[in-house]
Parts: sequence; structure tokens; C-alpha cells
Amino acid sequence: MKRTRKGWIHFVDIVTKDSILVVLVPIIAILLGLVVGGLIMLLSGHQPIEAYGGLLKGAGIIGGSMRRLGNSLLTMTSLVFTGLAVAFAFRTGLFNIGAAGQMLMGGFVGVMLGVSLNVPYPWHMIICVIAACLAGAIWAFLPGFLKAKYNIHEVVTTIMMNWIALWTAYYIIPKYFIGGRNTESARISESASLRAKWLTDLFETANVNYGLFLALIAVVIIWIILSKTTFGYELKAVGHNRDAAKYAGINVKRNIVLSMMISGGLAGLGGAVHYLGFTDAIQIGHMPSQGFDGIVVSLIGLNAPFGVLLSALFFGILNSGKLFMQSMTDVPNELVPIINAMIIFFAATGLMFRRMFSTLRKRVVVSKKKEGK
Amino acid sequence: MDVIYSIVPLAIGNIAPLLIIAMGGLFSERSGVVNIGLEGLLGIGAFACALVTYYLFPIIGVPGVWVGILAGALAGGVFSLLHAFACVNMQSNQVVSGTAINILAAAITVYIARILTGSANVQIVRGIGKTNVPFLSKIPFIGDLFFKNAYTTTYIVIAIVFISWFFLYRRPGGLRLRACGENPQAADSMGISVLKMRYIGVVMSGIYAGLGGALIIVTISGEFSPGTFNGTGFLALAALIFGKWQPWKVVGAASFFGLAKTVSSISRIYPAISDMPNIIFNAFPYVATIIALILFSKNTVGPRAAGEPYDVSKR
Repeated sequence: MKRTRKGWIHFVDIVTKDSILVVLVPIIAILLGLVVGGLIMLLSGHQPIEAYGGLLKGAGIIGGSMRRLGNSLLTMTSLVFTGLAVAFAFRTGLFNIGAAGQMLMGGFVGVMLGVSLNVPYPWHMIICVIAACLAGAIWAFLPGFLKAKYNIHEVVTTIMMNWIALWTAYYIIPKYFIGGRNTESARISESASLRAKWLTDLFETANVNYGLFLALIAVVIIWIILSKTTFGYELKAVGHNRDAAKYAGINVKRNIVLSMMISGGLAGLGGAVHYLGFTDAIQIGHMPSQGFDGIVVSLIGLNAPFGVLLSALFFGILNSGKLFMQSMTDVPNELVPIINAMIIFFAATGLMFRRMFSTLRKRVVVSKKKEGK
Repeated sequence: MDVIYSIVPLAIGNIAPLLIIAMGGLFSERSGVVNIGLEGLLGIGAFACALVTYYLFPIIGVPGVWVGILAGALAGGVFSLLHAFACVNMQSNQVVSGTAINILAAAITVYIARILTGSANVQIVRGIGKTNVPFLSKIPFIGDLFFKNAYTTTYIVIAIVFISWFFLYRRPGGLRLRACGENPQAADSMGISVLKMRYIGVVMSGIYAGLGGALIIVTISGEFSPGTFNGTGFLALAALIFGKWQPWKVVGAASFFGLAKTVSSISRIYPAISDMPNIIFNAFPYVATIIALILFSKNTVGPRAAGEPYDVSKR
């Protein structure tokens, strides 16, 4: 009896440490999100276990289908970029809610060049990817500049820029780049595609493409920038305390603009891998949902590059298996965005769990230590 | 001239929902809670209205539509409790919570629609009819523009806007609510419950946005679909900011943006404006809002404490 109690105290002592809680809260958010998803399925007369099984099977985790696994990796790829975009801006204390618009703009410029340029294979692809990255960066420049110069909140400007991006594409695509179907732009030429034959063969016709490697490289580069360079240190200093950073001689305004542009560039690359590696065209009047999913990826990934990678893998699996789940178990695929939203919600209300854990700590650990004295 | 006669009544129909949603945003942000979840809240309202009308209309007829509108407002209010809980009790990042509201609303409505009707859409049999206002519609020109073929709901919206202004700027309760958005510490020290006021602000925004969504269903679209989430909530947010968070200026901004939206949607039919690129009308509200923000940036506009969670210990 006494022994178990001592073990319990020890357990609580470890679990409620701040450093552990930081990791624990997102995990609790994920679990609660899945539980709420299960409850919703039960309420609507479906079997949660079966549906989650279908989800995992559709994502290629169960059943060992290389093709499905490949599609999960594909879904992960664009989420890595939008997640990195949001996380990178977060580290500088900026909330880039415009990843959707920057991604769309990146994809839009990439697809335009992919359709219209006539350049041999590797160069065409490389030009399109670089252009997409630049387009995203330019689209994020204005919010960054307005924040630095006029102190206008970047949330408002990036939301506005999202819609300006949407309507720009909505106007230009039908006029100059209309495809065979009226709802889509023209398709890019093969020389601009990010697909690779050996990858397609390896994953049995899945749309995995070079974007996967780009994403992994981006994770490493962003990690190096943030934790190994003076520039990254300055960015984080600006994020922690703008005034203190200024006092320390850091050019806060320049860092804000640069941070937004890098963030936008990452989102633009997300557009490149999505539109140049998977859809090959742009749907007219459609805002890419990955931009907003990037927020949850970043939150759960603790705004850290490798955390984003893991979290993007999780959400990639979740999003990739949903259509298979729908056809197998009749559970509408909207279940997955519901779970995403609930995870965001629980991560955002993390204070609730922190309070619960700190009460637990007070009750169990602190009172015990007092007794010991 | 014909163009004006056909555009203005249509524009008024478009402006009414936009205006009431922006007014909802005003309540929330004036109480100190940024609400970018308006898009989701209007979708919830639209869905609830469509669903109730879908089931009630065959049974009780036209009153079913009105019950549907009320249901939309109510559903928006209830759903906004999530945002209120996160922002007020849990001191969450209000933009993150608003994003969650948007994603959740767009998903859960379509989820339920698929389960109940088998498709992602909920079509209603009949919306609100158009009426001519007695006497006023006989006035030449003005009568034709504003009082003929108008929806009753438009006048209800105007009445609500007026009452909202009266409450916020002429009643002590409104002053208290606004105080929580300007300086919650001071408001708290005067014995005002910041928690209560912010709850009121957010739930009012939910009710108004839900009502706006319901109006979109019964006057404009006639059905709920995933396409209901087409950015009207963000347009309302732009109107709120462009209107400097002040009721009458928001009315002006919403009218302006609603008109632009109408022109863009019907420009194909009229040769006089069909040559103009639709990007001008579609992107105009957002560009205008950014420019306005630059112009306003020298002086503080809008509620000072909006976006900041109120933490008693930081008084």
C-alpha cells in the first residue's frame, strides 16, 4: 500500500514537471480529439474502432499497401511546409494565418510557369519551384512590411491577402490559363512536374514526388537557422521580447520582414509540391485547406522543425485515410477535419490541463514533501 | 438606369446578412475578444436554419421558415460558447480558437448533412418572399430602389443594427461591455465582471452571425452546401475593420462591400460592366481594408484590449 503510494507520488512528480507538460499537452489534445471524433461517430450510429481501423488502412499503416502509404507521405509533404511556415513565424512572435494564400500564390505562379514556359526537364521544374517559393515570400512581404513599419497586426493583413490571392487566381486563370475542364487551370507540362518515375514505381503509382525530399531538407535547414545561427537567435529574441531585442541592438523591423518572407516562402514551396507534384493544375476559386491545417501542425509540433515533421506525419496519415474510411464504413470524411479542429481547440485550451496538473501536483507532491519535513 | 434598378435591390439583399454578421463581430471585438470565427458561426446558423426549414416547412408552411431563421441565430449563439470558453476562461490565443471554430463548423455541418440527407447539401423548399412596403414603395425612384421587392428580413436587420447601436453607445450595459475591450483591468476594478461581459460579446456575435447565415439561406442561396463557406464571414470582418469598429461606419463599409460583391456576381449579364475585370470588385474590399489600416495606423482605432486574454493576476 505504502509502496504504491510512493510510486504514485514519484509518477506525479515527474509527469507534472513543466518540461514534460509541454510535450504532454499536445498528446492529450490529440487523444481527446480522437475521443471526441469517436463520440461523434457513436452518436451518429457508426463504429469508431472500425472507422479508425479504416482510416489507418486507408493511410497504408495497416495492410501494407505501398500506394496508400505513399499517398500519406504525399499529404504529409505539403503539411510539413505549411506547418513550418506557421511555426517559423510563430518563433518571431508573428501569427501567419495567411499560409493558405501564400501557398495558393506559390502554386499559382508555379503552375503558370509550368504551363507557359518551354524549358527542358530539370530546369523547368527547378525554375517553377523557385518561382513558387519567391511568390509565397513576396505575398508575405507586405504583411511583414506593414507590421514592421506601421505596426498593423499581421493576422488581419494575412487574412486579407488570402482573399486577394484567391480572387487574383480566380480572375487570371480563366482568362489566360483555362484548362480542359472549366473549373481548373491548364495542366502543367511534364517537364515542370515534381514527379519522379522511380518514386512512382516504388510506391505503386502513388503521387509521392521530389517534394518529399524538399520537405525533409527544409526541416533540417529551418532547424539549423533557428538553433545554430545568429540570425535565428535574433529572430527568437524578437519573438520573446521585442523591446529587449531592440535594446540589445537587434534590427527588429528587418527581422520581422525577413521572418514573414521566409514563412511565406515555405508556404509557397508547399504550393509547389501540392500543385506541381500532385494536382498538376489549380482548381479555380478554391482556398487550399493545408494553409489552415498548418496551424494545427505547428501547434502540435511545438513550433519546432522536427516536431512539425512528426506532427505533419500524424496529420498526413489522418487526412490521407479519410476517403477510404468513408467508402469502407460510411463515416463521412468530414470526420477528419472535425478531429483536426478539436485538436486545435484542445491544444488552444491547454491552460485547462495545465491547471488540472498543477492542482494535482500541489495535492500529491507538495503536500507530501511538507509532510517529509 | 435599368442596371441601377436591378442592382440596388439585389445589393440590399446581399448587404443585410453581411451587415448583421459584421455587427456581431463588433459586439465580440468591442468586448475584447477577436473573432475570426465569424465564417464558421454563420455557417452553423445557415446549416441550422436550412435543416429546421427543411423539416418544418412541409408540416407548418411559411412559419417554418421563420422558425428556421430563429434556429439559425440560436445555433450560432450556442456554438460561439466554444469560442467564449476558450478565449475567456482558458485565455487561449483568440485567433487559434477562431480558426478551430471555422474548421469545426465547416466540417461538422457537412458531416451531419451527409448523415441526415445523404448528400452534403440541404435544400429548402421556400425562402422568404419579397414584399412591397405599403406607401413607401409608391415614392418615385427611391420607392423602386429601396421599398419594392424587398425582404422583410432586411428591415429587421436595420432595426437590430439600430438597437445594437443604442445598447452599445447609449446604455450603461454597452459602456461596460466596451470598457472590457478598452481596459479590462480598469473595468474590473470598477466592479464590472469582465468574464460576463466578454461572454455576452462573444455570444451576441454568435447569434448575429448565425442570423446572418440563416438570412443567406432564406434570401440568397436557398440551400446549405459546403459552398456556404465562401468567405462572407471574412468579408464581414473586413467591413468591421474598414468601418473602424464603429456601428454606423460599419454599416457604410458593409453596404459598400455588399454592393461590390453584387456587381461582381451579376456583371456578366450587363454589357455596361461585363468588360470590367471581376478582380476589381472581388478583391476591392480586402485591398481597401489594407489601405484603410495604413491610413488609420497613426492613431489607435478599434478596441485597445481586443486580442488580449484578461488575466486577473496581471492587473
